[in-house]
Amino acid sequence: MMQTGVSKRGVLPGFGLTMGYSVVYLSLVVLIPLSALLLNSTGLTWEKFWSVATDPRVLASYKVSFMTAAAAGLIDTLLGLLLAWVLVRYDFPGKRWFDAIIDLPFALPTAVAGVSLTAIYSQNGWIGSWFEPLGIRLAFSPIGITLALMFIGIPFVVRTVQPVLQDLDAEVEEAAATLGASRFRTFWRVVFPELLPPLLTGFALAFSRGIGEYGSVVFISGNMPMKTEIAPLLIMSKLEQFDYAGATAVAIILLTISFVLLLLINSLQRWVRKTAR
Amino acid sequence: MAGSVPMNTAKASVSRNQTTRSTGAVKWILIGTALLVLLWLIVLPLAVVITEALKKGWGVYVEAIRDPDALSALRLTLLVALITVPLNTIFGVAAAWAITKFRFRGKQLLVTLIDLPFAVSPVIGGLIYVLVYGAHGWFGPWLQAHDIKIIFALPGIILATMFVTFPFVARELIPLMEDQGQQEEEAAVTLGARGFRVFWKVTLPNIKWGLLYGIILCNARAMGEFGAVSVVSGHIRGETNTLPLHVEILYNEYQFSASFAVASLLLLLALVTLLLKGWFTRKSSH
Amino acid sequence: MKKGIKKGVLLGIVVAMTAVLAACGSDSDAKSASGDSGGESKGSVELLNVSYDPTRELYEQYNKAFAAYWEKEKGQKVTIKQSHGGSGKQSRAVIDGLEADVVTLALGYDIDAIQETGLIDEGWQSEYELNSSPYTSTIVFLVRKGNPKDIQDWDDLIKDGVEVITPNPQTSGGARWNYLAAWGYALHNNNNDEAKAQEFVKELFEHVPVLDSGARGATTTFVERGLGDVLLAWENEAWLSVKELGPDKFDIVYPSESILAEPPVAIVDKNANKRGTAEVAAAYLEYLYSEEGQTIAAENYYRPTLDSVKEKFADQFPEIKLFTIDEVFGGWAEAQPKHFNDGGIFNQIYAPK
Repeated sequence: MMQTGVSKRGVLPGFGLTMGYSVVYLSLVVLIPLSALLLNSTGLTWEKFWSVATDPRVLASYKVSFMTAAAAGLIDTLLGLLLAWVLVRYDFPGKRWFDAIIDLPFALPTAVAGVSLTAIYSQNGWIGSWFEPLGIRLAFSPIGITLALMFIGIPFVVRTVQPVLQDLDAEVEEAAATLGASRFRTFWRVVFPELLPPLLTGFALAFSRGIGEYGSVVFISGNMPMKTEIAPLLIMSKLEQFDYAGATAVAIILLTISFVLLLLINSLQRWVRKTAR
Repeated sequence: MAGSVPMNTAKASVSRNQTTRSTGAVKWILIGTALLVLLWLIVLPLAVVITEALKKGWGVYVEAIRDPDALSALRLTLLVALITVPLNTIFGVAAAWAITKFRFRGKQLLVTLIDLPFAVSPVIGGLIYVLVYGAHGWFGPWLQAHDIKIIFALPGIILATMFVTFPFVARELIPLMEDQGQQEEEAAVTLGARGFRVFWKVTLPNIKWGLLYGIILCNARAMGEFGAVSVVSGHIRGETNTLPLHVEILYNEYQFSASFAVASLLLLLALVTLLLKGWFTRKSSH
Repeated sequence: MKKGIKKGVLLGIVVAMTAVLAACGSDSDAKSASGDSGGESKGSVELLNVSYDPTRELYEQYNKAFAAYWEKEKGQKVTIKQSHGGSGKQSRAVIDGLEADVVTLALGYDIDAIQETGLIDEGWQSEYELNSSPYTSTIVFLVRKGNPKDIQDWDDLIKDGVEVITPNPQTSGGARWNYLAAWGYALHNNNNDEAKAQEFVKELFEHVPVLDSGARGATTTFVERGLGDVLLAWENEAWLSVKELGPDKFDIVYPSESILAEPPVAIVDKNANKRGTAEVAAAYLEYLYSEEGQTIAAENYYRPTLDSVKEKFADQFPEIKLFTIDEVFGGWAEAQPKHFNDGGIFNQIYAPK
């Protein structure tokens, strides 16, 4: 935001009010409860933390969680861009329905999503049965987890890109096109830089939601330790032993890694914003 | 970035005809692919839900939905959404304003903290409230002494839902408002407009799309949330069961069709919100 | 600017307070209503029974029967509220403050955990007859119609090419009985050699392609997805699956011996005393042992313990050799840490080599 250099706080009103309110609300709803995890209310000691953190099964579950969430996030970003683009730029019959359906994955309870997706991708399902003869197992494998996370995350990307795209004036593109730029070049040089920040946001949201997702994944993953066991499931499994400390340890590590990743993506986005010209 | 500065704003009210200018082939290929993606990724699983729901016929379907437990779950779900969505919307707008219209230290940190609830596993999202308000939590003994129930009652369910849907509105608005810069508002202020009026007359028309999407997503998620709520609800039938919890219980009782029928009710609710959005869109474009 | 921040903070606090208060307000209304009823001895009383997953139909029937019995006996109306969920989760909810008057869970370990926090008095398991387990069950095999892989006993589960479906004992309380049943069988067939038993169980789990997190998920995997040749299930759930999902598709096979699954019941003393429901709660659990209670349990495929009812339902529950967890494993207090907790035997099965 280059031109705000003049007035650091600007002439706009309401900084104090909105900032104060945001921080308080954030603290009450998110930060204070979350700090309950960290503040040792469960008798978590360093030794315990360390032994949980280095347990091979826990490490394997992190790997599964992060890999599948990243894959799902990436695919969602591409598909989401396509969906948003078509929705904003083109008119076609049934568009309103198209638009309406995008949000439904959020409204469906995750467990139902998990059961339905497993029904589709398992070896006797509508899609899974095509892949079974090829020796490809969709459900009960990391592919299945990725598919579930894609379903869960797609609205994030579409809905973050859509408003920006809607706001983007077609005139600039038209001008570029009139000036002789090819369509691809127009997209790449004019539109894409504008879309990169929302795309990054969409990715970050889909990705982080994927890491934490439990309800839909447990049905499709098969939950085999070391192979398709996700980290949130290990949290459940530790709670089942009344091992609050162990569960908290897994959660804290998960949370820290996600937080750092999100921070990186958010900073990257800022950097993109600054340098995109 | 520099190119974008003057071009956003009032005239961005998207006129559809103007934008449909890609020539035939590319347009239809893109639309076709997008439709396929949509069918495969979203419609197919929903179709499974509907077919399973109707597998045992309309009788079972209607009965599942008219069950008093299902109705009380529906009421609870609507009530929770009614309380959480406005609260999170106010927060989202305030946070987006502070973050995008001003420069301050630690902005990235704040943005990331707002994102945090997305990265927290829903199970943990519920557990933290148990750790704070549960019988063995920080405030547990005090709450018990005063006979105030938070966990395993309505307030707990609301808190957990607020946590899970916390970032939606803010997250929708931040990229949008960042893109729009603040000259318009500044101009308005220079011209003598004040405080809330600037927001209402200048900012709001520009962000209404993002705001609407944010609210819709927030609402959909608030009604569909399962994991976090299930930890703090206590699952008392007819009392603290939300619709998603009711779906799970039916499923666990081998009532497959009934459980999917109730799930389809949730889809229906989401469609209603989307119809409202359609109505709003049409109204505002006139 | 400073003033603005203060305003914002203040506003934030006010909004949050009103939200919480509004929520509490609506809740305390409901609360006071139930509080009143708890205080009066005549009139009406309310019980909360926190139970595990597939017991809803059982308790729906039983609650009606008990309410009628109680009204006749004491002239008092009793309404029973039900909560269902995974056994371990339900136990945690009670520990964390869910005000249950009675708990009826899938395994004693989950009630022990509540007792440890002082909510339930010590010795709960001897408060009622038969380890406080008014009805029991066991672990059986659900196979596809005609039993194509010819599975008759536990040994057949580790034959080549047999796939076994069972939930993860670490996330599903009910599935711990599955594991223990297999262990007990192997122990008895190898002169109580623990190492051999461990080997058998390890081999068994190598035949498990998918470990669902709960019993219902495992049933779906077996029934709807067509995965596996045999499902290890509680007897009552096997019957439910056959009834609900396809009498023409599945058979139930009884192994030569299995474990006696004892889902116990207990009064949550502290809550019941506080709410003044101790008397009716005790009667509620006691009545489970009556002829009527036992019949309802049997109708919902739980094994009755009362002889007269047992006889009536003899066809439904074939006699097989059953061992108890106390005999073979020394109770849950020993079995849980040894087998299922982190570092236990189950974890070693999946430890990377």
